[in-house]
Amino acid sequence: MAYIPHTERDRQAMLAAIGVPTLDSLYSSVPADVRFPDLDLPEPLSEMEVMAELQALAEANVDTRHYASFLGAGAYNHFIPSVVDHILRRNEFYTAYTPYQPEISQGTLQATFEYQSLICALTGMDVSNASHYDGATALAEAVTLALAHHRGKRKTLLMSPSVHPHYRQVVRTYMQGMDVTIHGDESCCTGPDDLVRRLDDQTAMVAVQYPDFFGHIVDFTAWAEAAHAAGALLCVVVNPLALGLLKPPSTFGADVVVGEGQSLGIPLSFGGPYLGLFTTKNEYVRKMAGRLVGETLDSRGQRGYVLTLTPREQHIRREKATSNICTNVGLMALASAVYLSVMGKQGLRQVAELCYHKAHYAADAIGRLPRYKIWNSGPFFHEFVVECPKPVADINEILLEQEIVGGYDLGADYAELKNHMLIAVTEMNTQEEIDGLVSALEEASHD
Amino acid sequence: MTEPVIFDLSSPGRRGVTLPEPDVPLQPLPRGLVRDDLPLPELSELDVVRHFVRLSQLNYSIDTGFYPLGSCTMKYNPKVNEDAARLTGFAFSHPLQEVTTVQGNLALMYSLQEWLKEIGGFAGVSLQPAAGAHGELTGILIIRAYHRQRGDSKRTKILIPDSAHGTNPASTSMAGLQVVELPSDARGNIDLQALRQACDDTVAALMLTNPNTLGLFEEHVREVVDQIHACGGLVYGDGANMNALLGVVRPGDLGFDVMHFNLHKTFSTPHGGGGPGSGPVGAAPALVEFLPGPVIEAVEGDGDEEAPLYRPVMPAHSIGRVKAFLGHFGMHVRAYTYMRMQGKSGLRAIADHAVLNANYLRARLRDTYHVPYDRMCMHEFVAEGRWDDAPGVRALDIAKRLMDFGFHPPTNYFPLIVHEALMIEPTESESRETLDAFIEALQAIADEAHRTPDVLLTAPHKTPFGRLDEVRAAKELVLCCRPAEMDT
Repeated sequence: MAYIPHTERDRQAMLAAIGVPTLDSLYSSVPADVRFPDLDLPEPLSEMEVMAELQALAEANVDTRHYASFLGAGAYNHFIPSVVDHILRRNEFYTAYTPYQPEISQGTLQATFEYQSLICALTGMDVSNASHYDGATALAEAVTLALAHHRGKRKTLLMSPSVHPHYRQVVRTYMQGMDVTIHGDESCCTGPDDLVRRLDDQTAMVAVQYPDFFGHIVDFTAWAEAAHAAGALLCVVVNPLALGLLKPPSTFGADVVVGEGQSLGIPLSFGGPYLGLFTTKNEYVRKMAGRLVGETLDSRGQRGYVLTLTPREQHIRREKATSNICTNVGLMALASAVYLSVMGKQGLRQVAELCYHKAHYAADAIGRLPRYKIWNSGPFFHEFVVECPKPVADINEILLEQEIVGGYDLGADYAELKNHMLIAVTEMNTQEEIDGLVSALEEASHD
Repeated sequence: MTEPVIFDLSSPGRRGVTLPEPDVPLQPLPRGLVRDDLPLPELSELDVVRHFVRLSQLNYSIDTGFYPLGSCTMKYNPKVNEDAARLTGFAFSHPLQEVTTVQGNLALMYSLQEWLKEIGGFAGVSLQPAAGAHGELTGILIIRAYHRQRGDSKRTKILIPDSAHGTNPASTSMAGLQVVELPSDARGNIDLQALRQACDDTVAALMLTNPNTLGLFEEHVREVVDQIHACGGLVYGDGANMNALLGVVRPGDLGFDVMHFNLHKTFSTPHGGGGPGSGPVGAAPALVEFLPGPVIEAVEGDGDEEAPLYRPVMPAHSIGRVKAFLGHFGMHVRAYTYMRMQGKSGLRAIADHAVLNANYLRARLRDTYHVPYDRMCMHEFVAEGRWDDAPGVRALDIAKRLMDFGFHPPTNYFPLIVHEALMIEPTESESRETLDAFIEALQAIADEAHRTPDVLLTAPHKTPFGRLDEVRAAKELVLCCRPAEMDT
């Protein structure tokens, strides 16, 4: 009975106060025939036994602390300063609930307000919510925002094929009951002109990614203009770390900017929890999903913060709410706020540049290998696509033997991209590791 | 007591981290695509540490005191969970690695799926949903897909009791279905007659929170479930209150078809000041193939010696992905750790002591605070924060005054069917001494409400902040501090 403080004396006294003889008698309203099932579950273990078991499970994995990793595709291996986790481990932060009582929650509230401000500074947008589950669900709810903006009169979503495949799948899952047509991503290589041509008076929103899933950096100004001319909104999915270097999407005229914030101080953790970014322009704030923290004053005249615009939310509006979201990923938002604060103006730029230079060094070297070809045309950030001489899975198996986690197999998501590998390079990859990857790829290309 | 905003602590040129110099030749940056200005603050590491530590000290938390927030299950968050989730192999493995390189992760997820199946009485579980509301949307989409696959597309209504969490109707709308609200009867159960009238061949499902948000076990749960099934509908269980049912009854045995679990309530993963949570969904045999994927499957090896290989697979008629990658794995590790330590006997003890604590508070407070549905409760109960002979005092005032006594207030103004509701959930973590101190505080406040109401109306007095002006916040709408004029 770990974590239960009651002594036998406590139990007896409490049962007496309630007026029942035993713990079992607390459950008289539960149907007797199914009450107290004999569950087929393991017996309890002590903390030291559990940790030994978990240690063994953890060690059964390959991890980026022991292997050189070139796998990205939406989740990236970045340096996380120690200070980030030390703040996350502050009991007052991680064991608090959603700040419904602002007088005793100013820590969470101000940190969230600062998170919103930092994300606005990075994206150039007017408002950020307090976080969404992840990049994929943030995109899905951006679609909901666009549908609401058009009051249900426009029911088409134009989605670039270079938006992360999982994100596009999640959008389709979310929209399956909403009678929405989603198109534009039928082939891997639908160019901007093709996509823009498909805009019409039914298009609620156009969704693109920056840098895109293949690593390309595209200036979306012309897309924004075309979307706006057709009356549609433009949503840009970002990797916020790249915004340490690249022009913010606000300069393109983006209406909604969402993205995956994992690159800002959050460990890979096998896919989650991560951080959904959700930002927009002031004019759409009332259609936005999720919590918002706003500045105000307290009864003593002190500046303070509260959850605001709650009439958008489920606990007030119920079926008319902008979203059903309640619990978001507050602690991950805190992680990114600490990360951005400690990296600062110069640090974030430096990390982004390191990624850029190392990725280009890797691409140059791989491009010089006889049987590999760099597929990208145009500028890219820290990811690029390599056309390989044999199936990606086969190559990755050989890389693994040399303690290298290879890139992502694009053939799984794009029929046209069989034998194409998406390689990510970050500040964590040393020149030695990159050289090791290049020679391992060379070796793997032999029959 | 105010702490400056992070941007105001910035000083041009100050740095918090050092990074290595590039070890590769530099390449020209992409022309026309590089930003001119990056308006982030500039601080030292110590500046950042002090700022966030000071902010943390403005928070109330489970680790600083009793947090009886109804419906939120603010139980102790064991420290071993935090260490477990940070083990290198867990924290630094990538979700898209080859399955052979992440067998430890997949084995853990598989066990967690299996245990949740057993605890809930379900045939399958998907760990993908990120939170309770996300699990609800998932469940409603599963129900919709099930009916449509049977060609039964006229089922568009979801019945929801008036005591339900607001997420239930919101999730229903997001799935493109219509909400029909059901009233509660005088004992806090679903009004059976209203249910009977609402049941027809357009009903897709009933969403049922059991125990409900009054903390009461639905006394006619069998009749309710049978009624829905008889009209061809399904029963969705909101598992927010599962803490009361661990080892006591399996929702699947009661006929629930789909249900979400809240790992951040029942299974001790921390609430994090608003997440991350995790909302796995369990499904009955007929609905297993509609679960969102991937789910984790075990492939038995050929020989007896060989350990099974675990792999992610997409269920045959899956509604699709509800999230990128595999779900909130870090939360899965924490919940696994907790369940492994509790084991079978420990899980039952959790429910027993959560229910014991709630009934003890109810028994000791019912003479001072009116409990409108006053019968044996489960893990929580709802009292009224008002007295006819203390006009002007509201639940909100009681909540604020509790802070002066060092307690987090209960949930107030929910459920909506109780006037001036105070929804109290102590959880099993709290000792009798803590509960007694809380009872004394509430009794003292009731006394003040009658003798010196002003002390309540102007509360809190001892907290770092007084009541905050929410109207002003909504009117002025300052949602983002533009960086102070920084010299660049």
